[in-house]
Amino acid sequence: MPTQELTIEDLRRILREAAGEVESVDLDGDILDSTFEELGYDSLALLETGSRIEREYGIALEETSVADVETPGALLEVVNKQLATEHAA
Amino acid sequence: MSTSVVVTGLGVTAPNGLGTDAYWAATRSGTSGIEPVKRFDASEYPAVLAGEVPGFVAEDYLPSRLMPQTDHMTRLALVAADWALADAGVQPSEWPAFDMGVITASSSGGFEFGQNELQALWSKGGQYVSAYQSFAWFYAVNTGQISIRTGMKGPSGVVVSDQAGGLDAVAQARRQIRKGSRLIVTGGVDGSICPWGWAAQLAGGRLSTSADPDRAYLPFDPGASGHVPGEGGALVILEDADSARERGARVYGEVAGYGATFDPKPGSGREPGLRRAIEIALDEAGLEPGELDVVFADAAAVPELDRVEAEAIRAVFGPHGVPVTAPKTMTGRLLSGAASLDLAAALLSIRDGVVPPTTNVSPLPEYELDLVVGEPRVTDVGSALVLARGEGGFNSAMVVRKAAD
Repeated sequence: MPTQELTIEDLRRILREAAGEVESVDLDGDILDSTFEELGYDSLALLETGSRIEREYGIALEETSVADVETPGALLEVVNKQLATEHAA
Repeated sequence: MSTSVVVTGLGVTAPNGLGTDAYWAATRSGTSGIEPVKRFDASEYPAVLAGEVPGFVAEDYLPSRLMPQTDHMTRLALVAADWALADAGVQPSEWPAFDMGVITASSSGGFEFGQNELQALWSKGGQYVSAYQSFAWFYAVNTGQISIRTGMKGPSGVVVSDQAGGLDAVAQARRQIRKGSRLIVTGGVDGSICPWGWAAQLAGGRLSTSADPDRAYLPFDPGASGHVPGEGGALVILEDADSARERGARVYGEVAGYGATFDPKPGSGREPGLRRAIEIALDEAGLEPGELDVVFADAAAVPELDRVEAEAIRAVFGPHGVPVTAPKTMTGRLLSGAASLDLAAALLSIRDGVVPPTTNVSPLPEYELDLVVGEPRVTDVGSALVLARGEGGFNSAMVVRKAAD
């Protein structure tokens, strides 16, 4: 049974597994509105992160929806919106 | 007169020693790093021995950001590059980015990483394949990762010519310095000790199937029956000699000559290309055969290839005409890392006036080689020749010598 919602804690874990973390950044801090660039993640890191979210939550994200988001907060919104839609359907 | 090009830094990750000092101490004393394979369970395979780099914990040296995107051999290469730069006293961030480049050798890329992703693809599906597979397996990955980590943006690339690549990359780096680059990180750190790499190398038919670490890799010996594969190698810092002198760099030696040839078509009856490669390298260095102090042999340990190498050395230097050694008997053959490690050993021989031994070997008398066996030989070393051959016909020879004051 897939989890219903992607939390910021889930995202922190997935980011670490997918791409590690930059030493100068506190990933456990308030990162919701930081840009992924500020957090040290490039497009490939986000591609891998998106792929892991898809696997874990059993969804297929639009490629552009992940490529266009700039912050963890925005990514949570995109993923959770899609989770809500798919589970309602 | 071409620009003189010198080596100012060494970074070594070898099966018999992690770091230049550990490697050189072990190599001088004849200490081997060949043991049963530990990176995977090889007990059911025909070949069960390898030279694995001991005590390497990548997380101790590299940031976590690099872990999900790097093969084991790339991690070794990144650390070797860091050490070579530190040894040369170079802080890349203080140099103009376009004055520095990275040119490494590779034989097959990051096979262990690639195997894991292929297994994920077959067993679970495409969405389980890491996005980093796009480059982590690739031949040029060590060059790319070193370039990103150090910020070097000058001429860069990868040379793929099996074992010969460990010299061919250094030759390409020297070309770029002659064209105006100030510094190139070059050499080879390689490794493919995983089931996929094992299967590929076994198919080549040159792996020793002996389970005895002291009898498995015996170049020039009557018992020669293939080689033990290993991982690691050396990266070196190559610089324009004038530029190195101006900044007061310590110089290990000059890359004074290089020759590369290709063997004729099998069955043609024509002489293999190794002798000519040696002559081209000596000629460029302006050395008569009698002036050369030591040869670091390719040491294939395949009887036919040993014979070809012994004949080439004898043809140029005469019977028992020059000391020959093969310290790779203590590490195994490190794919494209092998000849770069020999180059580092040659420069350390020049520094310390000692030729490291070939271990476990009693050479066939008919080869007429003055093989340095058993004990290291203390002797003034002003110049050294390193030989490397790549499967398929590559022959490379490189002369290094004590730099002029």
